[in-house]
Amino acid sequence: MAGINIIGLNKRYGNVEVIKHLGLEVEPGEFLVFLGPSGCGKSTLLRMIAGLEPVSAGEIHIAGRDVTQLPPGARNVAMVFQHYALYPHMTVYDNMAFGLRNVGVPKDEVDRRVQEAARMLELVELLDRKPVQMSGGQRQRVAIGRAVVKEPAAFLFDEPLSNLDASLRARTRVELARLHQRLKATMIFVTHDQVEAMTLATRIVVMNRGQIEQVGRPMEIYRNPASRFVAGFIGSPAMNFLEVTRVQGAGGQVAVRLPDGTLLQTTVSEARLAPNAKLELGVRPEAISIEHADAPGVLVGTAEVVERLGDQTHAHISIKSGGTVVAHAHRDSLIAPGDTVGLRLDDAAVHLFDESGAAHHAAPRSAP
Amino acid sequence: MSVAVQSSVTAALPRRLNHGASTGSSWGNFMFILPFLVVYVLLLVVPLFKGIWISLQELDMLSQTAEFVGLKNYTELWKDDIFRGAVRNTFYFVLMATPVFVALGLALALALNRPGRTGAALRAIFFGSSVLSVTIVTLVWKLVLMPHHGLVANITKPLGLSSVSLLTSEAWALPVIAGVTVWWIIGLPMMLFLAALQQIPHELYEAAQLDNASRWRTLTSITLPAIRRTVALVAIIEVILQFQLFGQAHLMTQGGPNNSSRPIVQFIYEAGFQHWTLGYAAAASQVLFGIMLIAMAVQVWVSSRREAF
Repeated sequence: MAGINIIGLNKRYGNVEVIKHLGLEVEPGEFLVFLGPSGCGKSTLLRMIAGLEPVSAGEIHIAGRDVTQLPPGARNVAMVFQHYALYPHMTVYDNMAFGLRNVGVPKDEVDRRVQEAARMLELVELLDRKPVQMSGGQRQRVAIGRAVVKEPAAFLFDEPLSNLDASLRARTRVELARLHQRLKATMIFVTHDQVEAMTLATRIVVMNRGQIEQVGRPMEIYRNPASRFVAGFIGSPAMNFLEVTRVQGAGGQVAVRLPDGTLLQTTVSEARLAPNAKLELGVRPEAISIEHADAPGVLVGTAEVVERLGDQTHAHISIKSGGTVVAHAHRDSLIAPGDTVGLRLDDAAVHLFDESGAAHHAAPRSAP
Repeated sequence: MSVAVQSSVTAALPRRLNHGASTGSSWGNFMFILPFLVVYVLLLVVPLFKGIWISLQELDMLSQTAEFVGLKNYTELWKDDIFRGAVRNTFYFVLMATPVFVALGLALALALNRPGRTGAALRAIFFGSSVLSVTIVTLVWKLVLMPHHGLVANITKPLGLSSVSLLTSEAWALPVIAGVTVWWIIGLPMMLFLAALQQIPHELYEAAQLDNASRWRTLTSITLPAIRRTVALVAIIEVILQFQLFGQAHLMTQGGPNNSSRPIVQFIYEAGFQHWTLGYAAAASQVLFGIMLIAMAVQVWVSSRREAF
C-alpha cells in the first residue's frame, strides 16, 4: 500500500490550461474516484500520475518517492484502460505475464502470480485464449488481471466500465469493490458516472474545469455539496434549483421567498451570508413531499410527467411561477399527469447558493 | 411435436410470403456480378488460355502461319542459355529488391509515423518519386551514374577514386537497377505500412510503456505482430511487381552487359516483338506466370500459417 501526493500540479496545452495548480493527497489503501463531466481534466490527471502525460508544473510523489520525471514503467503503478488495451496477438496468459517478463521476474514467479490472479478473477479457463475470442466483460477482467499481477503501489482505472452493458457494469462494479477489499491497495478510478463514484469510492474528488470542486466521502458530498456545480452534478434525478429572494428570517436563520411568493423559513445560518446576497435554493427530490394543492404553505404546480421506477416514482411538476421541479412520490402514489398538486420543501434539507456558487447548508433538525 | 410441426410450416412459408426479401438463391442475383464476370473472362481468362494455346504453336507473324508443335517451345526454352540467364536474373532481382522494399518501407514508415509538418513533408518527398514515369527515373539515374561526368563521378573524383561505370559492369548492373527501382517506388510500401501503423491503437503503446517494454521489445512484440498482414501484403505485391521487371532494365542496360541484367519480361518482349517468334514468347510468358503463381502460393501459405490463431 502506498499513498500518492500531488503538489501544485499544472498541465497546459499551448495557452490552454487544463489542470490548474492542483493539490491532492491520496491515502494508502484508499479507493479514490475522480468524478466530473467530460473535459474536466480527470483523465489527464490520471494519465499524469501514470506518467503517460508530461507535467507542465508541480510534483507527483508515489509512496514518498518523487516520480514526476520518471517514465511510466518506473513508477510502480498499473493502469486499466477504457478500451482494455490488451495485446491482441497474445494469449491471456502472455498478456498478464508481459510486464513481469520485461523486468526479469523469474519464470516460476511469473507463473505463480498469473495463476493466482487468474483464480481470483475466474480466468483460469481462459488463459490460452486470445482477446478476440472473449466477451467485453472477460477482456476487462484480463485487463484487471494484468494490473493485479504487477503488485503495483497503486492501481489506476480510466473509465474501465464505460464499454460494458448496464448489467455487466453493475456486476463488474461489485467485483471491483471486492477486489479492493481483498487487496487493500491504493486505487484511483476515473469516471463521469456518479453511480460508480458513489458505490465504489472511499472518497470522491469532484472536478470541474481542471480544478477540484470538492473532496469528500460519498454521502458527505451528497448531503453537503460544496458548490452549486457539485450539487447539480451529484444525485439522480438532479437537485432542483429555484431562484429565491431573501427576506427577514427568525432566530439567526435565513428565510426566503419562493418564486410564487410562498415564504420558507430555512435552518441555514445567516452568519456567513451577505445581507443582500442573490440566492438560489437547491432541494433534492426526496426533500419535497407532494400534498394537496390547498394545503397551507405549499408551492402549487401541475404534474407533467410521472416516471414509475417500481421502488419509487418521480413526478415532474411544472410550478405556476415557472420552471419544473422533480419530486419523489410514493411508489404507489396515484398522481397522474395533469394533476394539480402542492409541494412542501423540507426546510432542514434545503441548500442555498450565493452568487459565487458557494453552498450554505441547512442545519439538520435536532432530534425531539 | 407441435414445435416440430410449426417449424416445418414456417420453413415452407418464406418464399411465398416475403415478397421483398427472399432468402433463397435466385438467378436474378447473378446479374449483380455479371458485368465484372464478363470483363474478367474477356480480359483475363480468355487471354490466359489463348496464351497457353499460342505457346503450343510455331506462329509466324509475318507469314500469318501457325503450326501446332506441342511442347517444343518449352523444351527449346529449357535449352536456351539466354532464357535461363533471364530467369536467374529475375530471381536474383526479386530476391534483392523485395526484402529491401519490406525492410526499408517499414523503417521509413516507423521513422515518419509522427504528427507535424516535418513528417508530412518527408512522407511527401519519399512518395513523390513514385509518380515519375520509368523513362524519367532511368534518365535521371543514367545521368547520375554517367562515367566521368555524372553526379557519382563528380563525388568520387575529388576523393581520388577511379571512375566506375556501374551499368556496364556484369556484377553491378542488376544491383544498380534494383537500387533505382527501390528509389523509384519505395513510397508505396511506405504508405501501406504507415496506414497499418496508424491502425494500431495508441493505448497498446501506453500499456507497453506501463509494462516496462523497451523500444525494441515494443517493436517486436506489439508493432510487428499488429502489422503482419501488411508485411505479407507488401511482400506479395512487390514479388508480383518485381517479377515483371522490364522498363528499368530495357532503358538502362538493354539487358547487358553480356545478358547480366536481362529479365524474363525483356526476353519475352524481344522474342515476341523483335524476333517475331510469338509462340516462343508465349511459352516464356507461361513460365513466368507459373513461377509467379508458385511464389504467391508459397507466400500466402506461409503468412496464413503465421496468422493462425
